[in-house]
Amino acid sequence: MPYTIDVNGAKRTVDVDPDMPLLWVLRDELDLKGSKFGCGAGLCGACTVHIDGQPTRSCQVAISTIGSASIATIEGMAAHQIGAKVQAAWMALDVPQCGYCQAGQIMSATALLSKTPRPTDQDIDAAMSGNVCRCCSYTRIRAGVKQIAEGK
Amino acid sequence: MTRPLDLSRRALLRASLTIGGGLALQAILPGVAQAAASEGAPITAFVTIAPDGVVTILSKNPEIGQGIRTMLPMLIAEELDVSWKDVRIEQAPLNEAVYGRQHSGGSNSTPENYMRLRRVGAAGRQMLIEAAAQEWSVAPEECETEAGVVHHRKSGRSLTYGALAAKAAARKVPDLASVKLKDPKTFKIIGQRIPGVENARIVTGQPLFGIDVSMPGLLHAVFEKCPVFGGKVKSANIDAIKALPGIHDAFIIQASEANPSKDPEGLVDGVAIVAKSWWTANKAREKLEIVWDEGVGATQSSEGFSALAAKLLGEAPATVLRNDGDADAAMKTATKVLEASYSYPFLSHIVLEPQNCTAHFKDGKIALWAPAQNPGPGRKLVAKTLGLQESDITVHVTRGGGGFGRRLQSDFMAEAAWISRKVEAPVKLLWSRRDDMQHDFYRPAGFHKFKAGLDEKGGLVAFTDHFVTFGKGGKPANSASTMPVTEFPAMLAPNLRYGQSVIESNVPTGPMRAPRSNALGFAFQSFIDELAHAAAKDPVAFRLSLLGEPRSVPSDPAKPEPQKDFNTGRMRNVLARVAELSGWKNRDKLPKGTGMGVAFYFSHLGYFAEVVQATVSTSGAIKLDHVWVVGDIGAQIINPAGAEHQAQGAALDGLGTALGQKVTLEKGRVVEANFDSVLPLRIDQAPPVVVEFITSDFPTTGLGEPALPPVAPALCNAIFAATGKRIRQLPIDTNLLKA
Ligand code: FES
Ligand code: FES
Repeated sequence: MPYTIDVNGAKRTVDVDPDMPLLWVLRDELDLKGSKFGCGAGLCGACTVHIDGQPTRSCQVAISTIGSASIATIEGMAAHQIGAKVQAAWMALDVPQCGYCQAGQIMSATALLSKTPRPTDQDIDAAMSGNVCRCCSYTRIRAGVKQIAEGK
Repeated sequence: MTRPLDLSRRALLRASLTIGGGLALQAILPGVAQAAASEGAPITAFVTIAPDGVVTILSKNPEIGQGIRTMLPMLIAEELDVSWKDVRIEQAPLNEAVYGRQHSGGSNSTPENYMRLRRVGAAGRQMLIEAAAQEWSVAPEECETEAGVVHHRKSGRSLTYGALAAKAAARKVPDLASVKLKDPKTFKIIGQRIPGVENARIVTGQPLFGIDVSMPGLLHAVFEKCPVFGGKVKSANIDAIKALPGIHDAFIIQASEANPSKDPEGLVDGVAIVAKSWWTANKAREKLEIVWDEGVGATQSSEGFSALAAKLLGEAPATVLRNDGDADAAMKTATKVLEASYSYPFLSHIVLEPQNCTAHFKDGKIALWAPAQNPGPGRKLVAKTLGLQESDITVHVTRGGGGFGRRLQSDFMAEAAWISRKVEAPVKLLWSRRDDMQHDFYRPAGFHKFKAGLDEKGGLVAFTDHFVTFGKGGKPANSASTMPVTEFPAMLAPNLRYGQSVIESNVPTGPMRAPRSNALGFAFQSFIDELAHAAAKDPVAFRLSLLGEPRSVPSDPAKPEPQKDFNTGRMRNVLARVAELSGWKNRDKLPKGTGMGVAFYFSHLGYFAEVVQATVSTSGAIKLDHVWVVGDIGAQIINPAGAEHQAQGAALDGLGTALGQKVTLEKGRVVEANFDSVLPLRIDQAPPVVVEFITSDFPTTGLGEPALPPVAPALCNAIFAATGKRIRQLPIDTNLLKA
């Protein structure tokens, strides 16, 4: 089935099965490799993208359900006002270790800060606990979110 | 003319002019026996200096999140004396004859490379100085360098490295063993917090990892293996699978054909499905029907293993590993005797990037792209599996989304290679999370029965351990399932006996971050805490008295190796410091339900002592409040940022494992399949981790692993302090902690 979706502000057409998850459309059909596969079950957050601004596990969303919603991926974050700040904070604090989870972390952090510019520790826990970092870079992830919140 | 170079343990250096008029240095580093580089061979540049001053350094070891890609080039840049901003880093191709061992494991990269790579940089600097001195007709001793420029202060002349590069390339290369190294006091790069060199690419989602490899015509594969280890395919509905839309091919792989020598890392039986997209291939597995011959493995279960271990622990050990003095006689003189049994489960590595490899077989040669931790042996395995020469196999090492020891085994490379040859096309094999959890080389489970005697002053008079591990033919399966005879308090307790029994099993096991130490640390440092409490001693003070006077305790008294042997003084220092840093002496003032626990461990030449503060609620829920880590890994912390991250990560990793991870066997198969049953630590559980390093006069050693072992026992000891309940089994069962 052909589907036309809006990814990072551009219309993209793919011809895939209706139940193909967005993650695999992005990675294998559109060659946007930033969103990562970690569990395929909504448990790790490595595949997090924004769908109409909402942080969403793209491994759990079938292409047929997307319609005209706008999708933002890590590849689009440099052009996103908050996303760019999160990327800069991640660089400044040297957040990544292996880096595999970080696209998902940045997407979740960007969504959090877009909605809640001054998140509490509890807000951070709630918004970020779906994103596993196997390398356990959590102390710096928290520091990165706070740094942006404090406008540093 | 080509003649073999000196292949002794010394590193060798060659130099040449680059096409662009720069200086190329090739270092041939020792470490792999059959180095085949010869003088006539074209230079494979390790470090190049371009006329514009840009310095390109190859990073030779795989990056799996341990920061090696940043850290190793820092060593060269420091001694070369260039600005870090002028340095570019590229991944070295797999060529162990030239680059030495290119693995990432055992926290070995630092001790193996610290001096060698500094010498490479220093040699380059010396050649540039000589080129400048010749240009100015002055003595090289009158010249100095700074940030990529040679100065002759007397005459006020300066030349950049870029301008000197071509001339330097014509110089005789100095002997690496005798080049002059910098005084560490003058270091400008080593010792600085240098951020990861790929951060910019990571945060923008660039394709860096094995899973991101793409190329024209790429097909995608899954490989369904028998859920029971060692099981064989009897038949499968291959034709039905092939008929599904989007499926390119499907076929049975038989280990008897692909791995006749039964290499434990090599191919096992299964069915490969190849499709245009990974999703399509993976979805076809729902329709896959395989009749397996499950074999003898189908009778194995965790429950059965535990029962067997309990039986073995009731008998005398099959083997005595160490027997000092007379533990039984000394036990009789004790005023207090303690006995306790400890156990821990099989563990999966759960790297976040599942195993994958891209392979392209063409005209009898194959290229592979893999997030490998051990690409050299990986290439050997592929050569054996496909019956190829190693010279026909090119391995591109990609960044790895975590390693933790899992990627030291290269089974996924052999699978991808086989599938690519079969379909005669480039293929990316990707494991699902279930594949990854159910086909690991597991951290072996283990069981211990301790007994110790204390005298009336609380001194340790006797200590015994019966260790039950896993293996074949009465022998531990591999190094990951053995216990070193030097395990603390060996060599510090006069009457001590360690015995071992082995459960026969075909569960694949292998190294996991801080192999064996990650388990032994929990058991030994928890039991030692029990002894401290039984002796009514402060757990820090009790440990200090066990350590005794600062000294080196040789594992072989006939062959003392002060740089490798356990040094009680170094451990005393980190222990005393972590007590200070954590406010240990004020722990009585903590609220009810909150406790502090301490533990230390020596592994991978690193000394670590850690304190965990935890709060246990009446429902048994555990909150991690704070962790303090103090380590001694020698004279120099190369990259304090990377070091801190490794230590924090290791501590949190150990806590997550203790709280929520195990792998259970039932009917020979692993039950757990995803992150809902094996629980990685999450941000809402992660406490602040304070890290401090004590520098000592010892060689700089590695850090990927040694911060991990003390943390689980420190947590369990904190739980005891908080609740009076002793955790003797991992993962921690919070039901036992209900008030
Ligand atoms: S891959 Fe989607 S949540 Fe893990
Ligand atoms: S940085 Fe490795 S998984 Fe997060």
